[in-house]
Amino acid sequence: MAKVTVDGIEVEVPNGVSVLQACEAAGKEIPRFCYHERLSVAGNCRMCLVEVEKAPKPIASCAYPVADGMKVFTDSPMVRNGRRGVMEFLLINHPLDCPICDQGGECDLQDQAVAFGKDASRYREEKRAVKDKYLGPLVKTIMNRCIQCTRCVRFATEVAGVPELGATNRGENMEIGTYVEKALTTELSGNLIDICPVGALTSRPYAFVSRPWELRKTDSIDVLDATGTNIRIDARSGEVLRIMPRTNDDVNEEWMADRGRFAFDGLKRRRLDRPWIRKGGKLVPASWMEAFTAIAEGFRGKKLGAVVGDLVDAEATVALRDLMAALGSTNLECRVDDAAIDASRRDFYTFNTGIAGIEEADALLIIGSNPRIESPVINARIRKRVVAGSFPIGFIGPRGLDLTYGHDWLGEGGATLAALAGGSHRFNEVLRAAKRPMLILGRGALTRGDGAAVLAAAWQIAAQNNMLQADWHGFNLLHQFGGQVAPLDLGFTTGIPADVQGLWLLGAEPGGVPEGAFVVYQGHHGEAGAARADVILPGAAYTEKDATWVNTEGRVQRGRLAVYPPGEAREDWKIIRAASELLGARLPYDSLDGVRARLAEVSPAFAGAEFTPHGCTDQTGPAGDVAAVSDAAFTPSVANYWQADVISRASATMAECARTYLPQAAE
Amino acid sequence: MATLDRVARSLLLTEIISGMALTFSYLFKPKVTINYPYEKGAISPRFKGEHALRRYPNGEERCIACKLCEAVCPAQAITIEAEPREDGSRRTTRYDIDMTKCIYCGMCEEACPVDAIVEGPNFEFSTETREELLYDKKRLLANGDRWEPELAKRLELDAPYR
Repeated sequence: MAKVTVDGIEVEVPNGVSVLQACEAAGKEIPRFCYHERLSVAGNCRMCLVEVEKAPKPIASCAYPVADGMKVFTDSPMVRNGRRGVMEFLLINHPLDCPICDQGGECDLQDQAVAFGKDASRYREEKRAVKDKYLGPLVKTIMNRCIQCTRCVRFATEVAGVPELGATNRGENMEIGTYVEKALTTELSGNLIDICPVGALTSRPYAFVSRPWELRKTDSIDVLDATGTNIRIDARSGEVLRIMPRTNDDVNEEWMADRGRFAFDGLKRRRLDRPWIRKGGKLVPASWMEAFTAIAEGFRGKKLGAVVGDLVDAEATVALRDLMAALGSTNLECRVDDAAIDASRRDFYTFNTGIAGIEEADALLIIGSNPRIESPVINARIRKRVVAGSFPIGFIGPRGLDLTYGHDWLGEGGATLAALAGGSHRFNEVLRAAKRPMLILGRGALTRGDGAAVLAAAWQIAAQNNMLQADWHGFNLLHQFGGQVAPLDLGFTTGIPADVQGLWLLGAEPGGVPEGAFVVYQGHHGEAGAARADVILPGAAYTEKDATWVNTEGRVQRGRLAVYPPGEAREDWKIIRAASELLGARLPYDSLDGVRARLAEVSPAFAGAEFTPHGCTDQTGPAGDVAAVSDAAFTPSVANYWQADVISRASATMAECARTYLPQAAE
Repeated sequence: MATLDRVARSLLLTEIISGMALTFSYLFKPKVTINYPYEKGAISPRFKGEHALRRYPNGEERCIACKLCEAVCPAQAITIEAEPREDGSRRTTRYDIDMTKCIYCGMCEEACPVDAIVEGPNFEFSTETREELLYDKKRLLANGDRWEPELAKRLELDAPYR
């Protein structure tokens, strides 16, 4: 530890940290542009100058290590003068176009120019002009505004793992760009917009839409992948205008995947905004009362079942469960993709290591999953661990996949998995040598005919290779959507018998709906499930309700209502509660607190406990015959990252991305 | 004696006569009233009247949708929506001023970085219905076109003091 005095305040910081971090520890704010906590140090903006006793010149605090007994001054005349000079230089080539800049109002350069700069410029010569670069359909560039902090270059190289951005030329002529014109091939490109301290990289879909001071900010949770990214929804007059990540070091750090960030325009298109009833083979608009009456008639005396989709909150799920129980049905299902998930124990279907736990692991086996497109943020965490050093990764799945980090391709499918489960594979040595090995099993790998066997084999690999310890749980199932874990916690795994006569589809689009069954579809977007339905009930999307979500770790998080659902759509648990009245099976709760109390009753997971990394106490594996693993290859489970769910399929931005990145998939 | 003086002044109507003399003297002074609809008083170049959106001499609208006027407006009378025009420039798709909310403080004019929104010399825009006072972009631009010579002159006159 080193003792440092910052402006007379004595702080103790670990050896080797920078002066800037010591100043932060003392509660002094140091202005900076190029320095970013999660990126490497570049030290090229020179804004973080401080004075150190006995040093003849001001020093760049972000790149200067502390020494014991150092005396730092952050507000001396020398520092103030230095910062003012740096700011004047930075503004020499920065255009004065704040009024038309989308960063205006939330711009680091703007704020720091006011706080630390001079009030006028002495520069009278021509400013330089730089041609704008094309970085894809999501990031808009105005390169005149670039101050060459190289945060974007470092983000792309270090975090996103796509070394496609760089600086060409030197000095006055330096330009940031892709060396050849192309769209950035990363699912994390939206983060470039956040880390750019000026308006050089801005959001293309959000261009000129709004100003930060007009927006109402609501904290919520992203459900378009299973990471459970903490988000802030910015809305104005009942319309979601943008989504930004919130910092949560245990989940998403401060990153966010592009689908979650940009797909929200799908929430305004193709929505179900009023109830519909099928009359004489055609769907006709109806009132809520007519819809509920039709359900009561359609369900009378029938064998019922309920299916929950991938984007449904826990409150609606538990309400549906109680409604079905009151109607005498226990036929519940949530595995619309037929994944052979064993829900008898929670650690069979969650990411037990925890997302932050990846950083403690020292070997990784990925089975039938492409974390890069199933959860780009978790993939960034794996990459972070890779960059930290000595992290062997074995991969079973398609050959030649670009995961943004090097990996050892072990084989394509079942045969390799069986060999690993048998303990005879060369990668077994690596796993056994590791102290904290982990494996990630993709949910997609369980949708095959032999899914139960794959699950059992994966567990066996975990058990035999030191992954299941009293203080370390290395078995991880990676889900694909934010609503997939909660229904597993709530027992939606009993299955739907083939002779079911009445089905309640809560945001679900299952394939095999029996002929002649009476189908109720409740959801926010109508696709196949709504087209087949006899009654459609318009529900709320994830931005439109106070709801509880469970991410792939099993972490329970709350999202809050940002805008109201369109038209006559309502929050889903309220619809089910209202329907229960007319179905003669009145549910005993009529407030959100009531539903949440009921949630905690049904599953202890919802009782309010925080997610904590846990060990494995019981090594008994899930039911499933390891020997039954077929030799078939694992296929990518998400073929089209950009249009993987109902919301992103309705989104124009995502359609544009699909056209750019997957020309063969676009229609 | 004092009583006699007071009684004499009252009986001889001296107060009334001196008052009437003052009144009568105004008959020969220049009159201060004007015959309003036909005659108008002078107004300052800083007079804050009806709003207008100005254009550049080449016909391009000045407003760049920075929304500073909307932000500064203390009565929240201004509503702006923007999106990129076909040529990629930042333009408003909607610029509404609710003239019934406006308090004619002139802050929008102060905030505007491109002298697009101005308060002009016109104060004669009373209407018979409230709806007519909800100005949209078309109306404001038309105002600008009609008043441009005067608006430019006013800005020029006020420029030394800005």
